Amino acid sequence: MAKTEIKFDVKTHILVPKHFLMKKEEVDELLQTYNIKKKQLPKIKKTDPAIEGMEIEKGDVIKILRKSPTVGETFFYRVVV
Amino acid sequence: MAEEYIYKKVGSIFFGLLGPTVIKKIGSVKIVTPELYDKEGYPVDGGLMDVRLGVIDPGLRCKTCNGKLKECPGHFGYMDLARPVIHIKYVRPILTLLKYTCRECANVLMNEEDIKKKKTLKETGKCPHCQAKQFKIKLEKPNNYVENDVRLSPIEIRARLEKISDDSVRMLGINPEYARPEWMVLTLLPIPPVTVRPSITLESGERSEDDLTHKLGDIVRINQRLFENINAGAPEIIIEDLWDLLQYHITTYFDNAISQVPPARHRSGQPLKTLSERIKSKEGRFRYNLAGKRVNYAARTVISPDPKIKFNEVGIPKIIAMELTVPEKVTSWNTEWLKKLIENGPENYVGANYVITADKKKRKITEETKEQILTDLVPGCIVERHLMDGDVCVFNRQPSLHRMSIMCHKIRVLPGRSFRLNPGVCTPYNADFDGDEMNLHIPQTEEARAEAEILMQVQSHIITPKNGFNVIGCTNDAITGNYLLTRDLKLSREDSIQLLYSIGVKEFNLSKSKELDGKEVFSALLPRDFDFIGNSKDGRTVKIERGKLVEGIIDKSTIGEDNGTLIRALYAKYGEDIGIDLLGKLFRLGIAVLLRTGFTTSISDTDLPEDVLQKNKSLTVQTEKKVDELIQQFKNGKLDAMPGLTVKETLEKMILQNLNSLRNKIGEVVFESIPEENSTILMAKSGATGNILNVAQMAASVGQQALGGSRIRNGYRDRTIVAFEKGSLSPSAKGFVYGGYRDGLSPTEYFFHAMTGRDSLMDTALRTPKSGYLYRRLSNALQDLKIEYDSTVRDANGNIVQFKYGDDGIDVHKSEGGKINVQKIVKEVATYG
Ligand SMILES: [Mg+2]
Ligand SMILES: [Zn+2]
Ligand SMILES: [Zn+2]
Repeated sequence: MAKTEIKFDVKTHILVPKHFLMKKEEVDELLQTYNIKKKQLPKIKKTDPAIEGMEIEKGDVIKILRKSPTVGETFFYRVVV
Repeated sequence: MAEEYIYKKVGSIFFGLLGPTVIKKIGSVKIVTPELYDKEGYPVDGGLMDVRLGVIDPGLRCKTCNGKLKECPGHFGYMDLARPVIHIKYVRPILTLLKYTCRECANVLMNEEDIKKKKTLKETGKCPHCQAKQFKIKLEKPNNYVENDVRLSPIEIRARLEKISDDSVRMLGINPEYARPEWMVLTLLPIPPVTVRPSITLESGERSEDDLTHKLGDIVRINQRLFENINAGAPEIIIEDLWDLLQYHITTYFDNAISQVPPARHRSGQPLKTLSERIKSKEGRFRYNLAGKRVNYAARTVISPDPKIKFNEVGIPKIIAMELTVPEKVTSWNTEWLKKLIENGPENYVGANYVITADKKKRKITEETKEQILTDLVPGCIVERHLMDGDVCVFNRQPSLHRMSIMCHKIRVLPGRSFRLNPGVCTPYNADFDGDEMNLHIPQTEEARAEAEILMQVQSHIITPKNGFNVIGCTNDAITGNYLLTRDLKLSREDSIQLLYSIGVKEFNLSKSKELDGKEVFSALLPRDFDFIGNSKDGRTVKIERGKLVEGIIDKSTIGEDNGTLIRALYAKYGEDIGIDLLGKLFRLGIAVLLRTGFTTSISDTDLPEDVLQKNKSLTVQTEKKVDELIQQFKNGKLDAMPGLTVKETLEKMILQNLNSLRNKIGEVVFESIPEENSTILMAKSGATGNILNVAQMAASVGQQALGGSRIRNGYRDRTIVAFEKGSLSPSAKGFVYGGYRDGLSPTEYFFHAMTGRDSLMDTALRTPKSGYLYRRLSNALQDLKIEYDSTVRDANGNIVQFKYGDDGIDVHKSEGGKINVQKIVKEVATYG
């Protein structure tokens, strides 16, 4: 069976929250705020469809804008593994 | 001497087989004789109780490590088997190994190409390496392998397994470093240390050996005979028989519950408990000893209600109070009192059962020892005295699904044989009194008691961390009573005073008039500086000013469970201890009012006047007509399908809508017609129990029976039951119940009702264990998550799970419905500074 290149881009779906790549300074600030090492952050796979196409390496930190039932919108952070 | 601890982290664990070399290496003795003790009762050298295997006698020393009883951990021995024997737990792996390797060259039955392609192994007729013909190998349970109708002896099997190369073994998924295949056929048997199979000395002085020792004795005996027969050159049949017997004993030594093997038994006939039985099942090492937690100072019995005790009390039977104890340290201040308790002894309440002397010796108090104990009693001794009113305990009902399942209560010693609890705390425990049992624990140290009192008291758990509402509140009669009292009850001054006194309110300020309003009596419970504005169940305002109820009726939405606004207001203002006290008084007031006025519900509550019956009938006829019309339309093909539905589905949906609205209309009519003072309606209105629908179902019509979201489906050919015409779509043929519970159901209606009843019964019976397991997995996964001071949620390793608890960082336990009312707090701070 030949591979067809028609694929659905999950990033366009309303239920997929927006993912952003964080700058190094931002990451340092984040780690300092919570007084943690990078490996203590929640993880995201490099192959995750939600960050497909971003120029990403392992160890980068992704900032995710999520919907929340308690406060409306909130940020979440994940380290790329 | 201070012990030195060495801390190591476990990097990895592997499981492997014990090979002969290892067995020999770890073995400290070679077992050669089935005898256990000599004439003097001393363990025989080379016997199963050899002192080199460890010691279980207090006087002896281990000959391997020179340790005494509790110092020596025990040491393994080993035994040479006269002939190899299959290890029963590896019958399956042996079969696979035999099947997938060549009987001649011992290579894996697969050519190089296929191996590279990682194809699946198949049984083939020919070896791709040496072209030797292969035969089918079958397992004849429990432990015989048959190739081409010829039985393979363990010796042959072991030889074949030996021939398999390390590479082939690795290819078959076994690491040969830790588990060579031939080790699955035993040539040496490790003998476990005596410490794992200690013998017990009976009262008669006789020794009784452990089941394992018995089994090992059998093995050694048969093994010896087998050796002797082989050496004497006995005929092969005799040797075979003995060999089989040895196999049997070793099999049952590992597992005495193999289906094809008759279990080895004691002389009494009960099966021996061998290795597998020690580990397996609920009574095994894991679930019983490692995962099981057992405690002393605990009691369990049936629970029953007592609305007269406080929420944070628990009534316990005297017999339990005299069995469970509290350790009381003797000081110069309490010596006299404790001496009196010892004097009473274990037989008289309030007494004491044991005294622990200053040198930690526990002495039972009896008539004989009493005097001596009394003279020896000095400060520093500990007296284990009976439970008394006010003692702290921890009370629990399984399943303990949330933190309110284990709460701290104060003891009330009562007559009877059951635990008594205030019906108000049934909700947090999810208890009822249809035979439920509960557990009670008595904390034994000052620290434990303090912890229980600070963290676990009932009053600290009135508000649930689930949504910030109160789980404890007034229920049933307590609500009805307060409702009647604050609605329009008038009491004489004397009656009011007696009412208040009977519930334990002794300080109040009633006006001097002869007749008092119920609202005033209710207000007598409230603190004088209390202000409150809320709503009653029907949305009208309830207003309390300066501790006086000036407007509104008290009902479920003010004093009930789950969002009883008045309770939470009292609680927020006056704190846990006063809050629970006020709640208890409100509860008792409601019940006391009903006790006075009398309150009952009867069949006549469902009496309907003639005109209402007529009205219901005409409503029913109207709906029936409409349904008939719909069915006609459908049959004539004139019914239009709704979006997403077929015509048939449209019809069903419309009929269902009509029938449901009929039931609601009947409900309304019934509700309007039944007088205010009807007890059933009263309970529904105040929110005590039941609702209007229940009344309508009793008085008028039960309504449509639904199974799986639709009307009853046809089970026979084209109809629900044979009582109806084929193809009938009428309400009665599809499970509409015209009758009410009071007048009764027709046979067909009864049948449909039973169908839905059975369905919901099945549903609950099947859902409970499923959701229970689901919850267990969830709580296990989340068990050591913790909210840190920076309001992040982290696991035990400090990994972040949430950056802010619940995204808003609010402690739901201290909120109202998950929200914090900042304005209210500001206002309160501004007013009261
Ligand atoms: Mg029950
Ligand atoms: Zn030892
Ligand atoms: Zn071969």
